Amino acid sequence: MIRTLAFVLALGISSMASAAPLKAVASITIIADMVHEVGGNLVEVQSIVGPNGDAHSYEARPQDSKTLNEAQIVFINGLGLDPWIEKLTTSSGFKGPLVVVTKGIKTHQFDEDGKQVVDPHAWQDLSNGQIYVTNIAQALCKVDAGNCKVFQANATAYSAKLAELDADIKSRFAALPAANRQVITTHDAFGYFAKAYGLHFLAPEGFATEAEPSAAAIAKLVRQIKHDNITALFFENMSDNRVIEAIAAETGVRAGPPLYADALSNPNEPGATYLAMFKYNTDTLLKALAGK
Amino acid sequence: MRPQKIVKEMSMTTIIDFLFGPFIDFAFMRHALVGSAALAVGACPVGVFLMLRRMSLAGDALSHAILPGVALGFFVSGLSLVPMALGGLVAGLIVALLSGLVARNTVQKEDASLAAFYLVSLALGVALISLRGNSIDLTHILFGTVLALDRQSLLMIGAVASITLVALALFWRALVLECLDPTFLRTVSRAGPLAHSVFLILVVLNLVGGFQAMGTLLCVGLMMLPAAAARFWAKRLEALCLIAMAIGIVSCWIGLLVSYHLNLSSGAAIVLVAGMFYLASLIFSPRGVFGQKPNRAQHKAA
Repeated sequence: MIRTLAFVLALGISSMASAAPLKAVASITIIADMVHEVGGNLVEVQSIVGPNGDAHSYEARPQDSKTLNEAQIVFINGLGLDPWIEKLTTSSGFKGPLVVVTKGIKTHQFDEDGKQVVDPHAWQDLSNGQIYVTNIAQALCKVDAGNCKVFQANATAYSAKLAELDADIKSRFAALPAANRQVITTHDAFGYFAKAYGLHFLAPEGFATEAEPSAAAIAKLVRQIKHDNITALFFENMSDNRVIEAIAAETGVRAGPPLYADALSNPNEPGATYLAMFKYNTDTLLKALAGK
Repeated sequence: MRPQKIVKEMSMTTIIDFLFGPFIDFAFMRHALVGSAALAVGACPVGVFLMLRRMSLAGDALSHAILPGVALGFFVSGLSLVPMALGGLVAGLIVALLSGLVARNTVQKEDASLAAFYLVSLALGVALISLRGNSIDLTHILFGTVLALDRQSLLMIGAVASITLVALALFWRALVLECLDPTFLRTVSRAGPLAHSVFLILVVLNLVGGFQAMGTLLCVGLMMLPAAAARFWAKRLEALCLIAMAIGIVSCWIGLLVSYHLNLSSGAAIVLVAGMFYLASLIFSPRGVFGQKPNRAQHKAA
């Protein structure tokens, strides 16, 4: 074991000395973080959608074309999350491999504007995250076969960390009383999370976060919270929190801060890496669900 | 006999449930009713004075004028309501007092000077925000909704209404004179500038308090529409103020019911109901469109 590690290390150092790092591009920050973990110093990765950005409604900038043109490998999530990148890669003149990191993941459908579509937010389950990591390592090996062993060693070590956190989160949620597992949220990104960790996420009925609400909409939400035994509320992108706080006061449930869903945060915020994001979301959910 | 009685009782309970049920069932509806009614008590008489001074659009202008103060409050302490509201209050006061000063001491009328100062103030606010490169819509954050009134907001609106009523009672005669015949007041007393300043402070106080708690539209609408409607029913100032207050309070109650039963934005619903009162007054009042025409019409005919 030690000998292999030493060999891997030596290999890594020698190749670092010999060549410039591999230029990789990821569509979203979460994938970029995983590529960084697997590639280490051998890979220089950039994300097209930045921290706290929204992948669903991303509008490409001219700079992105340049980034893609210089890239040697591009990682995307697929499943309908980042379709804009395929157009962008073609127009930029990028010739390298385009890797869909969700290959081999068991997906589920969710309702989007009345249509049943595949839920693309597969990374919200840490066991899926391990599949992402395996796919990333394989793809890196194809481009840079000489460093394949380093990539695989990094991937194994990182996957072990993900598996450890996964088990930890599962046991923490398992300790939660069955009555405290109902959450109302405007986030539509937590389908995989809910399935993996045994929570129930419900959407607020007839409640738009953008417009000024009507008394009817708030009354309906209050009734829904009481009827469905909701314990916590998580609303994203509310420019005015007072409405949510009024609903929480009316019903006695807790209103939590926004969760990290589609993108990592800036380095100075609590969701800067894939692992940190999961820890933050878990802590935040558990804090709100702990008791009425 | 008996079935009829049951039907009667049933319809009575449904009517009571329709009119009062939402307020019995939901605390946020009770807060909305109490808060908006308190705002009406203070803002409606202020609206009457504004109307009589031909400054009915001042509320809208001042809602833009507060922006630089709000931006400075935000720069100093981030997204915190109290400093932002205080900043807005100061900016609004400066604009209102400066335009009053210009109107009093130069040839310019108050509407023109107010327009000049509020536009400069608005531009200053936009410039300040762009300086920070911040794309947050600060005004949106500052302006609340009537459905989300907490204890703090209710206390603030209550305080604003109380201050307004006390100030109106103390300065009533001076205000009436200042409003109807400022030249006469200047010849008999030196209270003119004081009364004028007190009045402008009341206007800004009601506006900023109202914006923070429930948004511009509801606040300006509740200030001006009942006053405009009351004008069709009364001539005396005391009666005007009382009628405007009554129309304002009833508009809040019916508007919240409309928002609850018809799923409409509550601020807009309340203002629309007040607008209905205005239209009804316009049509059915003896001074309205179908009422007795003033002498002007006779002159024209002749």
